[in-house]
Amino acid sequence: MKIVVCAKRVPDSAAKIRLAADGKGIDPQGVEQVISPYDEIALECAVQLKEAGTATSVTVLSLGPKESTKDLRKAMAMGADDAVLLIEDRPFRDPTATSEALIEALRELQPDVVFCGWKAIDDDSSAVAGLIAAGLDYAYASFVVKVEGADGGLRVSREVEGREEVVMVPTPCVLTAQRGLAEPRFASLRGIMQAKKKPLIEKPAGGGENASELVSLTEPPARAEGRIVGEGAAAVPELIRVLRDEAGLL
Amino acid sequence: MAYAALDFYDVNELLTEEEQMVRDSVRGWVEERVMPTIAQQFTAGTFDLKLAKEAGELGLLGAHLEGYGCAGMGQVAYGLICQELERGDSGLRSFASVQGSLAMYPIHAFGSEEQKQKWLPPMAAGEAIGCFGLTEPDFGSDPGGMITTAKPVPGGWVLNGAKMWITNGSIADIAVVWAKTPDGIRGFLVEKGTPGYTAPDIHGKWSLRASITSELVFDDCKLPEDAILPGSTGLKSALMCLSSARYGIAWGAIGAAQACYSEALEHAQTRIVYGKPIGKFQMVQNKLVTMANEITKAQLLALRLGRLKEAGKAHHTQISLAKRNNVHMALDAARNARDMLGASGITDEYVSGRHMANLESVITYEGTHDIHMLIVGMELTGLNALGND
Ligand SMILES: Cc1cc2nc3c(=O)[nH]c(=O)nc-3n(C[C@H](O)[C@H](O)[C@H](O)COP(=O)(O)OP(=O)(O)OC[C@H]3O[C@@H](n4cnc5c(N)ncnc54)[C@H](O)[C@@H]3O)c2cc1C
Repeated sequence: MKIVVCAKRVPDSAAKIRLAADGKGIDPQGVEQVISPYDEIALECAVQLKEAGTATSVTVLSLGPKESTKDLRKAMAMGADDAVLLIEDRPFRDPTATSEALIEALRELQPDVVFCGWKAIDDDSSAVAGLIAAGLDYAYASFVVKVEGADGGLRVSREVEGREEVVMVPTPCVLTAQRGLAEPRFASLRGIMQAKKKPLIEKPAGGGENASELVSLTEPPARAEGRIVGEGAAAVPELIRVLRDEAGLL
Repeated sequence: MAYAALDFYDVNELLTEEEQMVRDSVRGWVEERVMPTIAQQFTAGTFDLKLAKEAGELGLLGAHLEGYGCAGMGQVAYGLICQELERGDSGLRSFASVQGSLAMYPIHAFGSEEQKQKWLPPMAAGEAIGCFGLTEPDFGSDPGGMITTAKPVPGGWVLNGAKMWITNGSIADIAVVWAKTPDGIRGFLVEKGTPGYTAPDIHGKWSLRASITSELVFDDCKLPEDAILPGSTGLKSALMCLSSARYGIAWGAIGAAQACYSEALEHAQTRIVYGKPIGKFQMVQNKLVTMANEITKAQLLALRLGRLKEAGKAHHTQISLAKRNNVHMALDAARNARDMLGASGITDEYVSGRHMANLESVITYEGTHDIHMLIVGMELTGLNALGND
């Protein structure tokens, strides 16, 4: 079973985002870029499937700037066998054009399983994996929290509101990873040394026109000031009430 | 509070992609696995052996050595590992320095093939722990005066004496012990459990608490013939181990200083006194700028030294200068950060107080601040002020 993990380079979630002068992008100055965390979870799961003997190879595929090679090396240090970078040539690419470029590459790679994060944390569009499944006519399972090899495909658990759903997904298929599926490992020094020698192919990204265009980016309104609900243990009931009734977190 | 490592001169750009990746991986591991419990370990005076195992799995132990399960990384990568470990805690970095440079390195450099095969792979994996016994109760700065002896007897050696202040002592499966023989000072491998060998812990430390420090006592301790490190020749061999460890300490100190700086900067921007953030006061800015200034110099010093070492051109006096400068710099940074944090700086909610206490050990061990000054002084003037001539 051949797995391709789609991994996107995004600003680190801890980074402070500033908008670029043209208001259509973010200012990259001083912003650390990382593999989108859900993609990294998908990668970890894929590597574990390989270690368990379920998968035979793991390829990482990324559409992004030239600097993404750094992320792909890291992915290979974590255990991927090889990598393909589709070099981005546009300032903005919407989910339609993104999935088209990835689909072109995937047609060549012919994986049994395409593994994505359920969303990329930079644009949150959560659309590309579904579009890939539709474009390639692959089976599709989203929000996956567990994967096991099974006859003719994979047995996956999906996180659904209030319950867990187990489904049999035939290959070829597209899966999206949800938190809890796997805990991404820290690249070991051995992995880092090996990654240097693993193949990394770079080529221009394909794909057709964008179906939608970016109009503007604006900063979110300043957050309302915090509120102190009390002090010490006495504050607990009020805190619980606020978290439950106002924030809807409990 | 998110940790942000100062890199004012974009030293990052001078690192290879591989070195950056090593640093980031260790930084991530320290953040996730060390930071949540380190204050607790420090207070309890314990070292978490799970961390040793995990560090081994990541390949951090003896990373600068070739073969025998070691990662075979360059000197700068090794330095960056020390930097990130010590950003967590000097005790953790001490564990790794002792394991890699003071225990694995002598076995690698002076050991027989059998000794290497037996010890290096489990030590690299963090499954076997090593320690290094050079200092004695009465001989620290002047190790050549040691009184521990290894007497040749039929079929082996008999070890008598005591070593003091030994990091990892009681948790070590294997001790590298330096002792006087009729042929001068030689290194010996002493296995845990050997009759006549005990390792009582030293208690009551207020520094390097998340690290084990012990005494090693040898009372007619009989060792087999092959316990000697065949390639060790005099005190020089022990000093070669120290050069390797000191080099790592020069990097480690940067990590401790960066941790303190990161915390102090955030506090300066958010702590309101007299109606404004304390960072608006010139004296506070002076402290922060001095810290950043000194960290930046220390980074460039360590990196240049690492590249010299990789080219086989580093002189031990250059290592002395870097150890001396960088540890002193870190101790100053920790004291200033602690000061800027006000009362909160004395609690374990903040890292600066812990680093400050730890660095008092770091400035003393592996050659005190003043001893390194005298080593550099001797190099510059050609005149020995150490008192051992
Ligand atoms: C936490 C910790 C862990 C340690 N781990 C190890 C270990 O794993 N293995 C090991 O072998 N050792 C270890 N040590 C020992 C350490 O290396 C020694 O403490 C150090 O070398 C200093 O020796 P000393 O304590 O005997 O001080 P001393 O040599 O007694 O020095 C006392 C003071 O006198 C000064 N001084 C000494 N000689 C001179 C001189 N000629 N001119 C001017 N000033 C001088 C020193 O600078 C110092 O300020 C450790 C120490 C500590 C604190």
